[in-house]
Amino acid sequence: MSHAQPVPDELGHYGRFGGRFAPEALIAALDEVEAEWAKAKEDPVFQAEFDDLLKNYAGRPSLLTEARNFSEHAGGARILLKREDLNHTGSHKINNVLGQALLTKRMGKTRVIAETGAGQHGVATATACALLGLECRIYMGEEDTRRQALNVARMRMLGAEVVPVTIGSRTLKDAINETFRDWVANVDRTHYLFGTAAGPHPFPKLVRDLHFTVGAEARRQALELTGRLPDAVTACVGGGSNAIAIFAAFIPDEEVALYGFEAGGEGADTDRTAASITAGSPGVFHGARTFVLQDEYGQTLPSHSISAGLDYPAVGPEHAHLAATGRATYEPVTDAEAMEAFRLLCRTEGIIPAIESAHALGGAIRLGRRLGPDSIILVNLSGRGDKDVNTAADYFGLVDSEGQA
Amino acid sequence: MPTTTLQTKMAEARAAGRAALVGYLPAGFPDVESSIRVVQAMVEGGCDVIEVGLPYSDPMMDGPTIQRAADMALNSGTTTEDVFRVVEATAATGAAALVMSYWNPIERYGVERFATGLADAGGAGVITPDLIPEEAREWYDASEKAGLDRIFLVAPSSSDRRLALTTEACSGFVYAASLMGVTGTRAQVADTAETLVRRTREVTRDSELPICVGLGISTAAQAAEVAAYADGVIVGAGFCQRVLDAPDLETGLIAVRSFAEELAGGVRSR
Repeated sequence: MSHAQPVPDELGHYGRFGGRFAPEALIAALDEVEAEWAKAKEDPVFQAEFDDLLKNYAGRPSLLTEARNFSEHAGGARILLKREDLNHTGSHKINNVLGQALLTKRMGKTRVIAETGAGQHGVATATACALLGLECRIYMGEEDTRRQALNVARMRMLGAEVVPVTIGSRTLKDAINETFRDWVANVDRTHYLFGTAAGPHPFPKLVRDLHFTVGAEARRQALELTGRLPDAVTACVGGGSNAIAIFAAFIPDEEVALYGFEAGGEGADTDRTAASITAGSPGVFHGARTFVLQDEYGQTLPSHSISAGLDYPAVGPEHAHLAATGRATYEPVTDAEAMEAFRLLCRTEGIIPAIESAHALGGAIRLGRRLGPDSIILVNLSGRGDKDVNTAADYFGLVDSEGQA
Repeated sequence: MPTTTLQTKMAEARAAGRAALVGYLPAGFPDVESSIRVVQAMVEGGCDVIEVGLPYSDPMMDGPTIQRAADMALNSGTTTEDVFRVVEATAATGAAALVMSYWNPIERYGVERFATGLADAGGAGVITPDLIPEEAREWYDASEKAGLDRIFLVAPSSSDRRLALTTEACSGFVYAASLMGVTGTRAQVADTAETLVRRTREVTRDSELPICVGLGISTAAQAAEVAAYADGVIVGAGFCQRVLDAPDLETGLIAVRSFAEELAGGVRSR
């Protein structure tokens, strides 16, 4: 885990983005997380414990699967799927929660709080807390608890307390606000296990470090399989943790193009979108300077995506920086494009992807047609779609209005 | 020599041997015109300083009462220009008018444009609860140029190094958060408040920067308790709650005025 990699400056700035726009009351806790991670990162005992959990509990390394049938629909480009969907709990999220849960214990804290949108991060956090004996409370927008009732049950089964958030827009952003409110009041014994590569420094860096293995594995696996580096690496982008997970190891490879596919919703030029880089503007949100969907007065605009996990009006600051410097390209993929890619992967490869990851697949189809049959495209299949079966069944009309077949 | 109305107000209170009373209300709560009348009632009741809140969609540091008030203000269409209107009306009462705002609305409006607009409206300074001095370079320059006070926060968790850093960046006063938590009323003043004020005094001995205490203060007795060791007492949710509880604006104004009178008695009883 101690690979040489570009880091933000000591205050957590990625160019003009990032930093720490947080209440003074939380600065000591953020400093503590930063200092403890700096030590843990260099501690062979900590790293051995983390690596052991990744290997023997989460199931790493995850596979790299070549999607030969799907490829026909993507201009004949070779499509390599990084199978984060096969990890324990069904997504890349497990890397980050295991790492931060270990860090929580190292800091001598006994309680973990976290936000969740679709429930992926909440389930992963509840899992890590069950394993490591930590008290766990998950904040989830009331709207999302309805959309993802099964994941609420899952978290409760794992022993977590799930608190529906009934203020604001009652979605992910409000769950994050409420988790910060809990943290400031209980910070002595509580760690905020932040779920994405956003928020105030050091969270973007910490989350990136804990997911670094995703891109490192994929880079090695792609070289073994194809004998060269891919032409493009793609991922969906909400907060951006799975995207930075697969980008990070490739950032120094300048010949490899990086593509982040944002949730276009009903179109990035409509007000029903979550594409914060494409449709937003620089601002300060949830503790960092980044791209935000906001009005002319800096009020946050409601976001929309068919995918609850991408339904977030901002993005991690390193992505803002990669976009501003041109190292990565960010494009919107609409609900309809993502659902078409979702259907295609199910039918051609027998893999049901998370709707989040279907945005990366939708983008890969577009990109493959652009790059042609000699190209190699690595796609982060960040999660599996079991949780999305209801949404997909509704979308494709596979069940009637009562959910009956 | 005091250079802003805030500094004058704080000096006057200190000379009178009492703490200053600082009241908070979001602009536009429950609507712009009514919020001006509520502020007038707060000043009539004895507030020396008014923090005019800029309502924001994501008030991470606020508890349910102020969240609700800010929500109503946004729903009534309150804009940054409206905030300046409320500031102008506040300054006209003779009280010192501050703005309390999360950082994004200021950055989005344009930091220099915001500072100029506020100064033109008669505002004395800005409280920035999610801006730390390390991120405040642009704000420092703009506030200096416009002649505005910069009020940052210190908290019970602040290290001595950070107390020194933060108070050095402040003018007018430093906002001492009495407890680790969000805004809202509490049954008792946290015992962390007095310790924090004592620690802050040690780093401000030379500058004599006033220290005002906020979070969780909502009765005359609590105001008196805090006034015994602080230079100012900040009350927010208590005012919002009285407006929320009133069946109509007129009743709310009476309740707000008499609440301010009680608190004004409290800050004078040390």
